[in-house]
Amino acid sequence: MALALVIFLPLLGALLPALNRNATTRVLALLAALPVSISFLILLYWAPAIMDGHTLVRELSWAPSLGLSFALRLDGLGLLFALLITGVGGLILLYARHYFEGKVAAARFYTLILLFMAAMLGIVLSENLLVMLVFWELTSLVSFLLIGFTGDKSGARRGARMSLVITGGGGLLLLAGLVLLGQIVGSYQLSDVLAAGDQIKAHPLYSTVLCLILLGAFTKSAQFPFHLWLPHAMAAPTPVSAYLHSATMVKAGLFLMARLHPALADTDLWFTLVTLTGMMTLMVGAFVAMFMHDMKGLLAYSTISHLGLIALLLGLGTPSAMNAALFHLVCHAMFKAPLFMMAGYVDQATGTRDMRKVNGLWRHMPVLMVLSGVAAAAMAGLPLMSGYLSKKMMMTESLQLTAPDWATTVIPVWVTVAGLFSVAYSIRIFHNVFFNGRPIDLPKWPPRQPRPGALLPIALPVLASLYIGLAPSSVYDSLIHPAVSAARQLTLPLFDFTTLGADGRLIVMSLTAMVGGLVFYMARNTLFRIHSRLPEVDAKEIFDWVLRGAVRLSQNRVYQLENGSLQRYLAFLILTAITMVGLAVLQVPAWKGSIALTPPDLLTTGGVLILTLSAIGVVILHRQRLRALIMVGVTGLFVSLAFVRFSAPDLALTQLTVEVMAVVIMMLALSFLPQESPNESSMGRRGRDLALAALVGLGVALFSFAVLTRPQETISGFFLANSVSGGGGTNVVNVILVDFRGFDTLGEITVLGIAAVAVYAFTRDLHLKERVAGNSGSLWVADPHPVILSMVSRIVLPIALLVSAYIFLRGHNLPGGGFIAGLITAVALTLQYMSGGLVWAQERMLTHFRPLIGGGILIATATGVASWLFGYPFLTSTFGHMDWPIVGEFELASAILFDLGVYTTVVGSTLLILANLGKLMTVEGPGQEVG
Amino acid sequence: MELLFALAIGVLATCGVYLLLRARTFSVILGLTLLSHAVNLFLFGMGRLTSGAPAIIGLGTESADPLPQALVLTAIVIGFAMTAFVVVLALKAAVELRSDHVDGEDPDEDRP
Repeated sequence: MALALVIFLPLLGALLPALNRNATTRVLALLAALPVSISFLILLYWAPAIMDGHTLVRELSWAPSLGLSFALRLDGLGLLFALLITGVGGLILLYARHYFEGKVAAARFYTLILLFMAAMLGIVLSENLLVMLVFWELTSLVSFLLIGFTGDKSGARRGARMSLVITGGGGLLLLAGLVLLGQIVGSYQLSDVLAAGDQIKAHPLYSTVLCLILLGAFTKSAQFPFHLWLPHAMAAPTPVSAYLHSATMVKAGLFLMARLHPALADTDLWFTLVTLTGMMTLMVGAFVAMFMHDMKGLLAYSTISHLGLIALLLGLGTPSAMNAALFHLVCHAMFKAPLFMMAGYVDQATGTRDMRKVNGLWRHMPVLMVLSGVAAAAMAGLPLMSGYLSKKMMMTESLQLTAPDWATTVIPVWVTVAGLFSVAYSIRIFHNVFFNGRPIDLPKWPPRQPRPGALLPIALPVLASLYIGLAPSSVYDSLIHPAVSAARQLTLPLFDFTTLGADGRLIVMSLTAMVGGLVFYMARNTLFRIHSRLPEVDAKEIFDWVLRGAVRLSQNRVYQLENGSLQRYLAFLILTAITMVGLAVLQVPAWKGSIALTPPDLLTTGGVLILTLSAIGVVILHRQRLRALIMVGVTGLFVSLAFVRFSAPDLALTQLTVEVMAVVIMMLALSFLPQESPNESSMGRRGRDLALAALVGLGVALFSFAVLTRPQETISGFFLANSVSGGGGTNVVNVILVDFRGFDTLGEITVLGIAAVAVYAFTRDLHLKERVAGNSGSLWVADPHPVILSMVSRIVLPIALLVSAYIFLRGHNLPGGGFIAGLITAVALTLQYMSGGLVWAQERMLTHFRPLIGGGILIATATGVASWLFGYPFLTSTFGHMDWPIVGEFELASAILFDLGVYTTVVGSTLLILANLGKLMTVEGPGQEVG
Repeated sequence: MELLFALAIGVLATCGVYLLLRARTFSVILGLTLLSHAVNLFLFGMGRLTSGAPAIIGLGTESADPLPQALVLTAIVIGFAMTAFVVVLALKAAVELRSDHVDGEDPDEDRP
């Protein structure tokens, strides 16, 4: 696919200089020129067919579901731009070889410029709009790197940032515009879009699409008022300015306008927007250029003015206007690039670009003087020069306007005045630099004449410029005409250059511009004095001010939402939850469902009363922490009673034992924390929190009530029916845990183990004793291990262990099981810790706790794996009956092994947590590891 | 009975959320505990309320829904592990940051 090669050769070629960083600039230039010349030759190979009006489309499917294919297109318009890009690019590579002579940065420059070239070629050769956009953004990014090439200078950094913000921002708008365009047409292929012009213009979103796309094009092509970035981009090395900011990148916007012309143009809106913007840009650029003392500044503003001129012509919209636009675009590249290169040489030779100092260089650089003279003459539009023709074409266009009324008179005058300025600044850049007396205070003296070879990249475009001026039709017929035809999607008649200048008004306009420009230049010293008294507006300052404002605004918004207060975040979260659930729940027709309420009995009412009162008590007492903790214990106790009341004995046992452990742990923690919370919430804050909490509570209560009074459909029937036959147990809850949903349980004990190990890891190097302030300790008993407690607990231990074994064994059939038995064991051992102290108890422990956790999880997993050995799925259980003297007959299910794993893990985890928290209490602090 | 049960869940949730919004870690731990109770009871309630009929085969014809019970049982145990973890986290924070404020700094201290 030769067409893709045109893009990919420079792209891959960018690696060559990057990999040969230490080569001389001569070698680097050769390496870089290789892929570019091949691309150029490929383009030339296709050129004859394209000039005959053929269009080449190559497609490579990329993401078809997104309408994205890597499609390329070569037609007259693309060919013109691609030849410009590779042709001027080749000259720039040659120029840079001299410009960067002996500098280390050369390799970086060559890499970036090749990348940029590939991106530019991508834009002009894309058939798919989205592909084009990718390349479009790539040019913005590479241009950022190139403008900030000398990153150690603040001017370069600021210039780069500014251009990135403006062109990157424009790129985003363009993205929006192109996506909308693609949505309207139903395809992102250029062929489809161009064919759908009428459909697009009739669409209600047309004006939005147009504005977005034009903003993208205007920012890229430095149109007023987005032109501000271009003068600041002059901080880039001169080869970059000559290439990006005169010949290629800034013309991407113009290319886009020409490319999408059939789809978007020929409406009043297009005419008004593009023409007016072009006019403003033309005038502002031409006027300001005259007053720039920096050579590159002058050239930058003159570029802006020429870009405005081309935009103006594209706005007019007639085929002949587009003839003029593209013709001038080529002429501009041919005279502006040499002038930039000249400025670069002069800068290097004299050490400054200030035209108040750089004067009279003709003695030192005569050849450069001649070449620059030709280029400047072309820029001024002197007779026989290429610029003369394009100026005449443009003036002819302005005179041929018939509508609207304002334009027929304003535009010719406007164009003449701008032409006057352009003559003035063209004279200035030539006369001021090479004549105008003698140099003043040059940093380098005497200036060194550039070597003959170094003048080649200037001479070639100057010669081309002369050739265009002398034989315009040959260039027009072979390049411009196919391009205009491709852009308009029409076959147009050839433009006849012999008819130019027949109109008498043209001669008046040209003469006015030339004589006026000369007079304007003669009067320059007076004008400079007036101009220097005018208040100075620095675009950078305005830009920085806007940017700072934007940053401050967003910072404030962020800080309002995110001020570092977790309480506030939580309140936001809860408020969001309330709002979203509330909106949905409010549509419930009736809270009370169809099931009749069961009448409350006295005991339950009393229990609920104590439960709610103790919960409220926690809130009221929460600043006196010990009392609040006791209240939490009461709440937990009554929750387990609620489980008893509503037929859930397993839950009740679990809740009860867990509650004991939890309170013990919190008590331990409390001994290190302040005993009271300060009263620091304001009344308003407390009111807000209470309101949020009450809303949550109300919602939860209403929702629970609504569910409780409605009939249910449950899958539990399956478990009830299969518990005995499938799981070998009558306690369905336990059978579900260890058998039906055994895999879930395996996961859950793993989580438990992880939490315990995390606690272990956290407390390892925690030094608490001396570091927590505000611990009065007055509530704590002096004797840590009361004698009665320790005596009783020793008797209790064997009994408790027996109970837990019993609970474990019967768990499959009656309330109990691994979880509960494990917790009971843990509580019994905790009691030993409390009564005898950590050291005493630890000495008597037969095992560490971490092996218990790991062992438990292993047992449970092994039980599951074992069923694989018998060809069953993971965790399939089996069971048989066993007669055990005294205890009686009971079923021995393989699930009991699994439950043993659960038991072991629960014991290990609980004690590991407890012992490590307790360890913090000991005077020795962390010392010996526990568990 | 259903009304009482819903009321209890609502009060537990209210108290839990209010305590979660307090500024000190210990209050937050208490709040989490209360909120866990509310959530456990709520999940349990999804199986509807049954009196005197535990999910044990052979005790009677009627039986409570065993599935929510199994879910809540593990939830209780994991809730305990989580409480323990949060407790240690709070201790660690109190030691490292010399404050038991949830933001890790006392509100009267200067914020950067």
